[in-house]
Amino acid sequence: MVIKMDYILEVKDLKKYFPVRRSFTDMLKKEPEKYVRAVDGISFKIKRGETLSLIGESGCGKTTAGRTILRLIEPTGGKIIFEGQDITKIPEKKLRPIRRKMQIIFQDPYASLSPKMKIGDAIAHPLLIHGLADKEEAKERALKMLKRVGLTPEDEFYHRYPHHLSGGQRQRVVIARAMILKPKFIVADEAVSMIDASMRASILELLNDFKREYNLSMLFITHDIDIGKLISDRIAVMYLGKIVEIGKVKDILNNPQHPYTKALMEAVPSIARRKREKKVKIKGEIPNAIDIPPGCRFHPRCPFAMDICRKKEPEMVEIEPEHFAACHLLK
Amino acid sequence: MDDAVLEVKNLHVYYFTIAGTVKAVENVSFKIDKGDWVTFVGESGSGKSTVAHALVNLVPNPGKIVKGEVIFDGKNLLTMPPEELRKIRGKEISMIFQDPMTSLDPLRKIGDQITEVMTVHGVDKEEAQKRAKELLKSVNIPEDRLDYYPHQLSGGQRQRIIISMAMAFHSKLIIADEPTTALDVIVQDSIMDLIEELRKRGTSVFFITHDISLASERSSKIGIMYAGKLVEFGLVDQIIENPKHPYTAALFESTPDLWVDKTITSIPGYPPDLRDPPKGCRFHPRCHVFKERAELKGLCDAKEPIMKEVEPGHFVACHLYGD
Repeated sequence: MVIKMDYILEVKDLKKYFPVRRSFTDMLKKEPEKYVRAVDGISFKIKRGETLSLIGESGCGKTTAGRTILRLIEPTGGKIIFEGQDITKIPEKKLRPIRRKMQIIFQDPYASLSPKMKIGDAIAHPLLIHGLADKEEAKERALKMLKRVGLTPEDEFYHRYPHHLSGGQRQRVVIARAMILKPKFIVADEAVSMIDASMRASILELLNDFKREYNLSMLFITHDIDIGKLISDRIAVMYLGKIVEIGKVKDILNNPQHPYTKALMEAVPSIARRKREKKVKIKGEIPNAIDIPPGCRFHPRCPFAMDICRKKEPEMVEIEPEHFAACHLLK
Repeated sequence: MDDAVLEVKNLHVYYFTIAGTVKAVENVSFKIDKGDWVTFVGESGSGKSTVAHALVNLVPNPGKIVKGEVIFDGKNLLTMPPEELRKIRGKEISMIFQDPMTSLDPLRKIGDQITEVMTVHGVDKEEAQKRAKELLKSVNIPEDRLDYYPHQLSGGQRQRIIISMAMAFHSKLIIADEPTTALDVIVQDSIMDLIEELRKRGTSVFFITHDISLASERSSKIGIMYAGKLVEFGLVDQIIENPKHPYTAALFESTPDLWVDKTITSIPGYPPDLRDPPKGCRFHPRCHVFKERAELKGLCDAKEPIMKEVEPGHFVACHLYGD
């Protein structure tokens, strides 16, 4: 296999299906097993030092995608290639040293820290788990990290518990804990969604600083396209388990092609355009991922749906260099 | 001559916790006129949600309204006997909260719950059932959902059910406390459309959000809350185009806009602990104007600013604007 070192991550036709529990009567009737097709064949690459935002509504599969890529849940199909190595099926034991290089930051800083652990110990913990430092050294490095993320005086913060901290401070702890291993790749799952507006920018800045310092690559998962715009190089828009449009931030925002991308952009509240009439309005809500509509999965909500959209799944079309969208209108 | 649907005077709400008294809301006064959509913007802990609950005397324990009046239809809701207030709540004033499951009974069908709102307030059962169907249709939910239980609906559909209940009575006022915070932007937009529809039918709106860009789109007036205080209040154009309070201005700086090339900046520091709020203006420890101008020492950090009218209808509580 050719090792392409310019990409840190390659995802090829990744799938994650969750079986739906059948009732006893369904089993007796030999009803076929049903699946939630949370991630239904997505492909993309992330370059070294690049941030890709995965954007979509709740239920589109973006969180499942992030976790499957890190193998926190096992993929149903497809390939995950990390630093040229296929990690889709390698056993847990071999995965461990790779895990050091890939970390995740969760949305809820209240749920992702143990209430019984001092925050300093929480930050030092990954070093001990991976056997990278002894207790003393781990503590020293945790103190440095606390300072680095702006929780000073650090020797005082070291001994605090999560409940002493505000949401913004907790998220700094979570970021510090992920960064102490000097990872190469980060999945940030709605990392600033629960942070108040007045503190969001500084958390994004912190992530960006680390990104430059470690030449980090990042998969930034969010439902806020305006936040995605601020932090990423490229954007992928996901709908019901599929990527419907992907490209550079400015290309997507200046020249959106998929009706769903357009609708999503129009629905975002904007001070600058607060008096606008909304152009593309779509109705209804994202369907559940068990009964996915045939053809283009967006067609039941699409204001431009044609006959072919109900029958044939659209393929990705290249609009301009590095900008792809999957819509029958584009042929 | 008075167009006010609701007038709040000098509202104080404290939470009496074991760890101390949290001064969640202090000295908040404002008016909602007929046809107004008033939005209060604030961050977590600013007291905006406490204000919303206090308007209908529903502050949860250990919170207490320690001072103030809420005048609705010439009567003070806070001193009214509970039975009388109950007749107003849900009929003349409807409420939508962030989590619709807190307002819906999980064990009863949607249809029964909508009709109950009407029968409790004196509509006969048959008429109520007929109207329930029409109401669901007007919020874009298929009729057959009347037989569903709340858990069978999505978050957006549940919020719509609550709105349909508000529609049942042509309420004079609807209080909406972050009704779209848990929802996606497209669903949020459709909920905002429905509330706007209500407003067009003559219902005044009191809306709470943490998102100033959401507030900018539909409101007629905006109030900005910080650390339990109303720091600025005015017409939407006054607030957006001519923000006076340094906190309001900083809030705009920290808000991204998809359609504008701008970098966002945070406000340094963290909101204060309201058990022991800073002396003087509660924002002064984070205020860049205070930091830059030496002559403000001994003023902003010592004396509490009072609300002043800086132009007709535009109020601000900040020492930069005279005393």
